[in-house]
Amino acid sequence: MDEALLRSLTPTVIGILVRRGADFAAAEDAVQDALVEAVRVWPDDQPRDAKGWLVAVAWRKFLDATRAESSRRRREELVEAEPVPGPCETVDDTLRLYFLCAHPSLTPASAVALTLRAVGGLTTRQIARAYLVPEATMAQRISRAKRTVTGVRLDQLGDVGTVLRVLYLVFNEGYSGDVDLAGEAIRLTRQLAAMTRDEEVAGLLALMLLHHARRAARTRPDGSLVPLAEQDRGLWDTRLIAEGVDVLQAALARDRLGEFQAQAAIAALHADAQAAEETDWVQIVEWYDELVRLTGSPVVRLNRAVAVGEADGPRAGLAALDELDPGLPRYAAVAAYLHERDGDPVTAARLYAEAARSAPSLPERNHLTRQAARLNALLRG
Amino acid sequence: MAKYLLLKHYRGAPAAVNDVPMEKWTPDEVTAHVQYMRDWAARLESTGEFIEGQALAPDGTFVRSDGEGRPPVTDGPFAETKDLIAGWMVIDVDSYERALEVAGELSAAPGAGGKPIHEWLELRPFLTEPSTITE
Repeated sequence: MDEALLRSLTPTVIGILVRRGADFAAAEDAVQDALVEAVRVWPDDQPRDAKGWLVAVAWRKFLDATRAESSRRRREELVEAEPVPGPCETVDDTLRLYFLCAHPSLTPASAVALTLRAVGGLTTRQIARAYLVPEATMAQRISRAKRTVTGVRLDQLGDVGTVLRVLYLVFNEGYSGDVDLAGEAIRLTRQLAAMTRDEEVAGLLALMLLHHARRAARTRPDGSLVPLAEQDRGLWDTRLIAEGVDVLQAALARDRLGEFQAQAAIAALHADAQAAEETDWVQIVEWYDELVRLTGSPVVRLNRAVAVGEADGPRAGLAALDELDPGLPRYAAVAAYLHERDGDPVTAARLYAEAARSAPSLPERNHLTRQAARLNALLRG
Repeated sequence: MAKYLLLKHYRGAPAAVNDVPMEKWTPDEVTAHVQYMRDWAARLESTGEFIEGQALAPDGTFVRSDGEGRPPVTDGPFAETKDLIAGWMVIDVDSYERALEVAGELSAAPGAGGKPIHEWLELRPFLTEPSTITE
């Protein structure tokens, strides 16, 4: 069974049901039911016209659900009428769904869940597994999200930035369990990029492709993290890198810079270096300057301090760090790294141990503990 | 079957036999320790006895209501809190003896010098649902 095909048809079929008169929430439920049935039936009996099958089954599910609500007589009359085949507006329908699912009235967690279900075609169970929450919790989150966007008009698009933030969140979650969220985020961003000419959509797609390209090199088989400088660059996916660079260059050529393009440019410069020593840190610092200008984000300034440390030496990096709030996440880890490069393993070991204590994930904690252990072993001689 | 919570403590448990802070181990000893923990969980998963495990950050906050219409008040983190939980595992095993056995295995994870830590773990039984047959 072609699950990718099934999932890619989801927003189209929802759009068709909505144009036939179903409201979004009911259409989305009906299509979800149809997907579940497809997963059951298709392995033995794959239809020749997958989309036609999904539309027919989802429409029947919608009628069944509507009939079951006997009090809603008016709607029943509406749906009993022969459906008018609407004009073919598949692209617009799908695009509208992206905006609806990322609507600013939704919390980020709700927008993520709704996007994965209505645009991504994932089942509630798959989404729940990916985020390590019980299925009932995820089902509740999704139905609340659908109630929240009831009444939002589907004919208006909004700020594409809200959609990009949702897709960025999905990508950053990486992959846990049987759903590859990073891969799913790329698929959805690719689909969005094909429907719009927005430079930042292209920038985000490039950023995802360039980071995804390093995936195989980023962790060892035992789950431990490999820092960028130590990664086996032979494991990087050159096809994804080439695609990411192409997408980015086309976007940059249109001369409307945004934060995702700038982040992607930094990732592209890393991808460009055959070995860590060949990294063009001077250019990377320039891109961080752009990013600081665009976002003012303290996290960006922290990453910039690392780049400055590489471009102009650890003293310069420490000076850049001095201007920042030591309470920032990962501040101690950056300080430890720069102090070690500055030839002060005693301070670095202490800071690595401190960084380990405040690490936000177990792999990071283990990595930082190992760094402290390495320096302490060195100091013992 | 009986469910048990296995608690690991940052502070509050009696000192381990092999009590050396992790950053004073060698990097290979850290790796061996992490691998042992993964293997332990994988083994219990394969026997159908593992439910879940989570690690907690050392920094936490105490919080309580300050009355209607007011934001909750917070306090802490307290550097001197006597009891500080580092994480937990939930297991579902046939007997108390089996719970002791698997807790003992976890406590024997290798530490400094490659020797078992013999860390103290706290084993707490879950309260159960009432039985259907009571007489």
